[in-house]
Amino acid sequence: MVVDQLGDTGIDRLFQALADATRRDIVAKAMAGEYSVSGLAALYDMSFAAVQKHVAVLERASLITKQKRGREQIVRVHYEGLQRARRLLDEYEAIWRQRAGRIAEILAED
Amino acid sequence: MTVISTQKDAAALSMTIVAEFDASVERVWRIWEDPRQLERWWGPPAYPATFEQHDFVPGGSASYYMTSPEGEKSRGWWRFTAIEAPNRLEFDDGFADDNGEPVAAMGTAHGVVTLEAVDGRTRMTVVSNFESAEQLEQMMAMGMEEGMKEAMGQIDAILADPALSR
Repeated sequence: MVVDQLGDTGIDRLFQALADATRRDIVAKAMAGEYSVSGLAALYDMSFAAVQKHVAVLERASLITKQKRGREQIVRVHYEGLQRARRLLDEYEAIWRQRAGRIAEILAED
Repeated sequence: MTVISTQKDAAALSMTIVAEFDASVERVWRIWEDPRQLERWWGPPAYPATFEQHDFVPGGSASYYMTSPEGEKSRGWWRFTAIEAPNRLEFDDGFADDNGEPVAAMGTAHGVVTLEAVDGRTRMTVVSNFESAEQLEQMMAMGMEEGMKEAMGQIDAILADPALSR
């Protein structure tokens, strides 16, 4: 059931999973064009370190990759990673929905 | 419905689920506090959880295993980083080897559970944070996914019964 949903998971749906506005925006920009980390940092009203941190979170989650080019770090979207994370969280959500159902069942015995 | 809402952040590898139960906050707290009740709902029916240790105090540890239909055991551990009865608990959650020792390489998940009274019912919010997609994948591979599918029909029946799912 959960895995079947992956087939029609479009970009819009994936964006819903990206709850943090800045990170969502970073992924959107990286999809639309080519940006370096410093190029991205110039677009936001926050420190370079803060943007770098968001990029690191996205990279750790396998949602983007960084490619070194000269002195620049080019940010690229890792589409497989984005889909995988979404699928895993869907499965984890299903596990918790069932746990909640089992808890309700136990409480109903009182 | 038991489950009110869920929210997933793929970029931060976090999942939030909000559920409401027809019981007091103190009663819902006991399904976490009492290991015999906890093991009735933590694992799916096909992969039941057995808690061998459940030291439910701040800084305390729990150790448990889940048994597959073939009889294979997968072990896990918790460390309670905060316990404020009956409203809040936080714990780290990881895999363990056959001796119950934490396997650091697989990473740690962090869970934050809050219970609050809402209109005579109890609202439970569980926020789970993972370190990596690999860790989450490993957790699914631990048998939960298989057990989940097997349990599906049974759970659907429970949720479809208004007397039980409220």
